[in-house]
Amino acid sequence: MMKLKGGVIGLGKMGISHAAIVGTHPSVDLVAVCDTTSIVLDVFKKFSNIRLYHDYIKMFENENLDFVVIATPTRLHYPMVKYALNKKVNVLCEKPFCMNSIEGSELEQLAVKNGLINQVSYHNQFIGTFRELKRLIKSGVIGELVHFTGEAYGNVITDEKGGTWRSDPKEGGGCLFDYASHVINLVQEIIGRPVRANGTLRKKILSKGVDDAVYSMLTLENGLSGVLMVNWCDQTYRKMSTSLTIQGKKGKIICDATEIKIYLHEPQIREGLDKGWTIKYITDLAIPVNFYLRGEEYSAQIDHFIECIAQKKQTEINSFEQALYTDKVIEMIIKDSKLQNNG
Amino acid sequence: MDKVLFGDNQFFAVSHMSDEKSRQQAIRFKDDNSIINVLDQARCVGINTFMCTTHERISNICDHIRANKEKYEGYKIYPCMPYAHKFANAVTEYGYIGTIKKYIPGNLLGSFAKGGLAFVRKDFISLMELLVDAEMKMFKGIDTPVIFLQNVLVDLILGLKMITVFKEYDHYIRKRYNAEPGYITMNMPAMYDALSSVGINNPIICSSINKLGFRMSGGKEIYEKYLAEKQFRPIAMQVLAAGALKPKEAIEYLGKLPRIESVLFGASSRNHIQETKELIEKYMA
Repeated sequence: MMKLKGGVIGLGKMGISHAAIVGTHPSVDLVAVCDTTSIVLDVFKKFSNIRLYHDYIKMFENENLDFVVIATPTRLHYPMVKYALNKKVNVLCEKPFCMNSIEGSELEQLAVKNGLINQVSYHNQFIGTFRELKRLIKSGVIGELVHFTGEAYGNVITDEKGGTWRSDPKEGGGCLFDYASHVINLVQEIIGRPVRANGTLRKKILSKGVDDAVYSMLTLENGLSGVLMVNWCDQTYRKMSTSLTIQGKKGKIICDATEIKIYLHEPQIREGLDKGWTIKYITDLAIPVNFYLRGEEYSAQIDHFIECIAQKKQTEINSFEQALYTDKVIEMIIKDSKLQNNG
Repeated sequence: MDKVLFGDNQFFAVSHMSDEKSRQQAIRFKDDNSIINVLDQARCVGINTFMCTTHERISNICDHIRANKEKYEGYKIYPCMPYAHKFANAVTEYGYIGTIKKYIPGNLLGSFAKGGLAFVRKDFISLMELLVDAEMKMFKGIDTPVIFLQNVLVDLILGLKMITVFKEYDHYIRKRYNAEPGYITMNMPAMYDALSSVGINNPIICSSINKLGFRMSGGKEIYEKYLAEKQFRPIAMQVLAAGALKPKEAIEYLGKLPRIESVLFGASSRNHIQETKELIEKYMA
């Protein structure tokens, strides 16, 4: 079989990791990478044979790519994804999808119109524990749902200086876009789509231009309400920790990337779950991968994207449409925070 | 290398199984003394090698070892660099150049004869050497016979197929530190092949090896094949599969793979340390 030709645009922390994973995929040749930072391109120039570009348009014009991974600051997703789709190139785009839902809608429609595989890198959807949570909620083990809490904490911002695009709101920086988007996406895909945000608080802690913490009450399309709590400058966390807690009439589930803790009022024989606590670990739930870098989920999402291209079958996990909906929830939260007079 | 190497994950709130356990560990090991006490308990049962990341708190442990030279006679540290989160967070917050500036001490960069940062931008081998020196500074005067590259960096370089970087690292560690280079990876078979391809023979490779196949990329079978057929010095880590396996079952499995030279494990209580060490001695003699 002919190998697929891939390219990566943006060689920051995520892009470089995507490039490494794409580069080891047995069905893919990573033929080109593009970045504007000379130090990164110089490293590639010295140590690899991949063709290098400063300008993504030149890359699309010179290379006959089957797919591209776009991992640039959020503001640049729209022009780059649009260019790729018009060149009939399948796209895996970093999250969050776009700066606003007008841009996102246009891209989503264009991808569908051109029949291209489109996926956004909400990697939590490829973590075994969250998958298991989704399955358990769908099967109704904890009965009718009554409340949820979606949380993420980490220590990305540790001082007031911060110098990258992540601290610039015009580039799509800030905790709501960068961190909270993960949690919103999980809530949306596992529990239900939020349709309303209330009581939003966006707090600056160390950053000057962007929010460092976001708290909001979300109401879902099924009427269920819950709370979003996200803070990216909490030094008690060694690395990003994302969790969902879901309370039902028959029990409760607490889930993060490493374990899923299920409490049931009565046993569920069909699921093999006892009354009281059952804990399942990622060691039993991780998706097997051929190459590991920082977590199975990063490879699993790329494997899935490649598989969809090979089979010419649009993804049901992390499509543009789903990521666009996450952008819409971000807009609801921003709008509400302005109403609360703190945004 | 000793058969048993003592790891440091438990000290720095690294648990691959539970975020809650991480938090408990962070509380328990808040003080450096609590780390030193556990290291001393491990020494009491005969574990004299500490394999640790270049986490900033390790420098305090090194101070303690230097201040008590007689007590720690014959004690070895295997540094593992870089401490990945430190760098990953810094890249997110300060960008690439900002990170280089932050972690290479100004005096090192300034005294760098050939022209400081502007030069480093074009000479990545010198940059790598400066970063290694910066990370190694805390171990001055301590016996460090093996110096490891951490898995995130190893696997990134491996994935990007920049294999000659390993060759340069290998050369520098031998020349500058008179030590053996070691490599931690989550992709052992691919890493072995990559090192062979640049003429690095019989390398020390530390990777997950456990009965469950947890974090053994490509599957347990290919790992077992490499462990049986290829010439390298394997260290097994994550042998308990993040705690999913009982120690006896876990070590019994390793006993069937006689080429494994050492086992890396970490524990917080004297009983656990002793139990695991005895199992290793029993099944892997």
